Amino acid sequence: MNFSEVFKQSNQLCRVSPDGKYLATCVQYRLVVRDVNTLQILHLYTCLDQIVHMEWSSDSLFILCAMYKRGLVQVWSLEQPDWYCKIDEGSIGLVSSRWSPDGRHILNTTEFHLRVTVWSLCTKAVSYIKYPKACQKGIDFSRDGCYMALAERRDCRDYVSVFVCDDWHLLRHFETETQDLAGVEWSPNGCVLAVWDSCLEYKVLLYSLDGRLLSTFSAYEWSLGIKSLAWSPSSQFLAIGSYDEKVRILNHITWKKVTEFDHPATINNTKAVVYKEVERKPVVGSADLSIQQHITMGSTLFNTQSKYEICPLPVQVPVVKPDLDRANPKVGVSSMAFSSDNRYLATKNDSMACVVWVWDMQRLGLLAVLEQTSAVRCFQWDPRRPRLALCTGNAKLYLWSPAGCVSVQVPAEGGIQVQSLNWHCSGDSLILLGKEQLCLCYLEIGEEEDEVK
Amino acid sequence: MEDWWTTATIEPSIENHEISGIVRITMSPSRHHNNLPTMHTSTMPLSKSSYNMLSAFCTEDNVPQCISYINQEMYSLGFSSACIEASSPEVSGGLNTVPALNGIYELLQMQRRSQRSLQEQETESLKSSSALEHLQITNSRLKDQLELSKRETSGLHEAERQLQLKIKTLQNCLKTEKDEVQKLQSIIASRASQYSHDAKRKERESTKLKERLNQLLMEKRDKKLVIDVLNYLGRADGKRRQWKTGKLEARHEGEMYKSLLSDYEGRHRALMLENVELKKVLQQMKREMVSILSPSPRKPSSSFRGDHVEDSLELSTRSPLRDNTAGSDRDKEVGDCSRDTLDQSCDHAREQSCEHAREQLTNSIRQQWRRLKSHMERLDSQASLVQQSQQRAGKELVPRQIHEEEMERMRLEVQQCKDFIQTQQQLLQQQLNSPCYDDETAALLNDCYTLEEKERLKEEWRLFDEQRRNFERERENFTEAAICLGHEKKAFEEDRASWLKNQFLNMTPFVDRKRHSASETQHALSTSSEPEMRIPSTPARLTKSRTYAAFSTPKAVVGMPSTADLYRTLRLIPDSSSSSRGSSKRGSWQESNTIHSREDSRVRSRDRYGGGDCCSIFSLGSEENSLT
Repeated sequence: MNFSEVFKQSNQLCRVSPDGKYLATCVQYRLVVRDVNTLQILHLYTCLDQIVHMEWSSDSLFILCAMYKRGLVQVWSLEQPDWYCKIDEGSIGLVSSRWSPDGRHILNTTEFHLRVTVWSLCTKAVSYIKYPKACQKGIDFSRDGCYMALAERRDCRDYVSVFVCDDWHLLRHFETETQDLAGVEWSPNGCVLAVWDSCLEYKVLLYSLDGRLLSTFSAYEWSLGIKSLAWSPSSQFLAIGSYDEKVRILNHITWKKVTEFDHPATINNTKAVVYKEVERKPVVGSADLSIQQHITMGSTLFNTQSKYEICPLPVQVPVVKPDLDRANPKVGVSSMAFSSDNRYLATKNDSMACVVWVWDMQRLGLLAVLEQTSAVRCFQWDPRRPRLALCTGNAKLYLWSPAGCVSVQVPAEGGIQVQSLNWHCSGDSLILLGKEQLCLCYLEIGEEEDEVK
Repeated sequence: MEDWWTTATIEPSIENHEISGIVRITMSPSRHHNNLPTMHTSTMPLSKSSYNMLSAFCTEDNVPQCISYINQEMYSLGFSSACIEASSPEVSGGLNTVPALNGIYELLQMQRRSQRSLQEQETESLKSSSALEHLQITNSRLKDQLELSKRETSGLHEAERQLQLKIKTLQNCLKTEKDEVQKLQSIIASRASQYSHDAKRKERESTKLKERLNQLLMEKRDKKLVIDVLNYLGRADGKRRQWKTGKLEARHEGEMYKSLLSDYEGRHRALMLENVELKKVLQQMKREMVSILSPSPRKPSSSFRGDHVEDSLELSTRSPLRDNTAGSDRDKEVGDCSRDTLDQSCDHAREQSCEHAREQLTNSIRQQWRRLKSHMERLDSQASLVQQSQQRAGKELVPRQIHEEEMERMRLEVQQCKDFIQTQQQLLQQQLNSPCYDDETAALLNDCYTLEEKERLKEEWRLFDEQRRNFERERENFTEAAICLGHEKKAFEEDRASWLKNQFLNMTPFVDRKRHSASETQHALSTSSEPEMRIPSTPARLTKSRTYAAFSTPKAVVGMPSTADLYRTLRLIPDSSSSSRGSSKRGSWQESNTIHSREDSRVRSRDRYGGGDCCSIFSLGSEENSLT
């Protein structure tokens, strides 16, 4: 495992191009494009203001930089560095900007969710979509880039509009049976649209591409409902994380619940392995040997070391009791991710911020529990292999694979507090994002197994 | 030596009792005699003292006064006044005895009566007082109880009252709570409706505002709202943008449906694949089930093809009624039939996965499953039966209850047999020890553990018991006679002593001693003869020990020094009786005797060889033994 030198970045804006060749980072108002392999600067663009949002176009030819305060969007081309494009939303303001899947249109959501402006880079044409709903996830493009689902609110009722992204033709427009729609999400095969209600009501609606209601699922009533939702890459499962600290898995044939994953405070599932991160400070004098070990491991000397220990069951997981009287209580399953091969599901319950749960989707049971010393900030699956990377806001990178678990010290000068991480699409490297820095971590195939405990 | 001591200690324990009884009987008159004088002596001073006391009342001088006084008293007591009078005036103090005595007697009688009545009264009063006390105690106790129960009841009443109060308050609480809940619910409902209403209102407002803003923005023609592009880009797919036409719309629809269709097709294919897989598994399972259920190979079922449906139908109607424990041939038949249907249904499923085939398939599977289940159950029961039979060493299979009953019965039998054996052993031991059965008995004992033998032994035992009782009676007679004879013997001894004294005075001491020693040998006849017998015979040790016992027993039974003489005088030592008595007695102590006999003999023999005067010591010991 190798680490690159540390680069500067701001606003954690650092993206790898979809083709995996370039790395774009934003440093204040500058956009830097590097070669992923050599890390040499290929292009340097200067924007009008500090960049708040940056996005690659799907063909990796253009980069969108949004400056929301100024209501400005600037687009840069890799092929033609002299080419420029500047979109000014004017006095109406800008809250969100994104590429359309074809990479030739930019969708800007204006302040107050007044409308969505679709700018075409091909024709300079502009079109508006009125009444977009301000919600958790109001817009979603299907994976193949053909369709866009947009949540709308008219006359106190929720609607979903399905557009053909090709020419922004409104394909379907239908009312949903929701009180207060919170989000829409296409299944990866683009045939089913999951629509869920706000947290006040547990309700998931599944619509076919042609607007037919396929099924409705509600686990319970009178309690805070859905917190997160995730499709498995095969579209076979729909995982619904809710405020009752459970994940419910629906199948794609009957849309009924297959199973339910509980997140108990005491783990006594004998089939699960509990990895607990144990910190140890290097003791000078008595621990020469361990220090040497650390050197061989390529870690810095004066940082706290940590390793995973397998805890004998039952294990008590630290739980922070949430304040239920306040809005958005820190309880419930807030993030879920399926591994690329559909085999594993990683979840995080907000009341157990230090713990990541890995579930086996073949067995439909708990497989592993990673108990960290501090709260988990981010976890992401390798896009190619079944391995999970996570960070907890310290100078360590944690990796889990079915074979085991490893914690790696990031040997960055001055120390990088890893706040977030992104996998390279090849799964060979990881981008670790600190508060102001970034660092690339190169994983070699087979090395992971060597370091596994 | 030890057996001597054991016999000595065991035997006297029985005999001493009797002896002591005899002694008590004999002693009692003497004690009476002895007591009498003491009684006299104790009464005499009493009378004297009374006399002295009386003398204080009546002296030589005041006899007439006394008499008159007594007369008066007597008169007042209701006796005739002339009962006591002076016998003669001359003799002062002389009384007319008869009336006086009569008076005294009367007085005494009265005194006694009054005393008795007094005593009775006293006891009565005591009794009554104790009864009274008892009653008082019980009364007080009952009072206490009453008080207690009263208190209890009052307490309970109080508790009940409190509980009632509590219930009332709780009911009130409940009512208020219910009201509260209702109120709250209504509040919630009103709030919810208000909230939704407000939200809607706000939303409408906001939408209106948005609309207005939009309008304003549109009217204003925001100059800033602009896109500034260097040059237009080509489409990603390189195509030119198409005009919005109905055709395009239709194409979109078509594409959408195409994608949907492809998805459904894909899913359908996946399901088909899964189905095929499941069918394969099902078939395999069926095949295996069939092979398990009917191990005998079957001929190809092509000829049966026509009857399959009927078979299956018949099966389906019959199978629920089918007895699990039916004959194997019927099972086989059923199995064959179901197998046919299975084969057929499988074929059907393969060829034309139609409704009918599926139904048949599931039907047959169900049947097979039922069969398998019943088979498993049967196997289970068989296994348990096998276990049982293993326990019972390959016996016939029987229901559990019967089995247990049988077990119980057998256990009882075993117990009975054990008892029998024990009693038999006891009896046999006794018989073995008794001298009347010698070699014959020994021979018998070796193989006489039979019921008849036992019965016979029991009978004999009973007879022995009877005999023993007879002997006991006889012995009692003996002892009585002995008591009588004891007196006679004492007299005789005294006579002899006087006679010997005379002889001693007349004859030479040598002659006298000779006579005395002769009498002594006669006296210790049994013991003195023993050493002589013992010295030559080591092989006849057992019999010897037995003879010792035989000899020792009667002596011990008698226990008293006089009885030997008594027997001698009465000629009451018949061989048969002594032996038979011994046999009856020996049961209790012979065991220890035989156990110790070998060791004892060894000791004895050592003694014999070690010292010449051991015999005398032994005889002395035996003498002592007999004396005790």
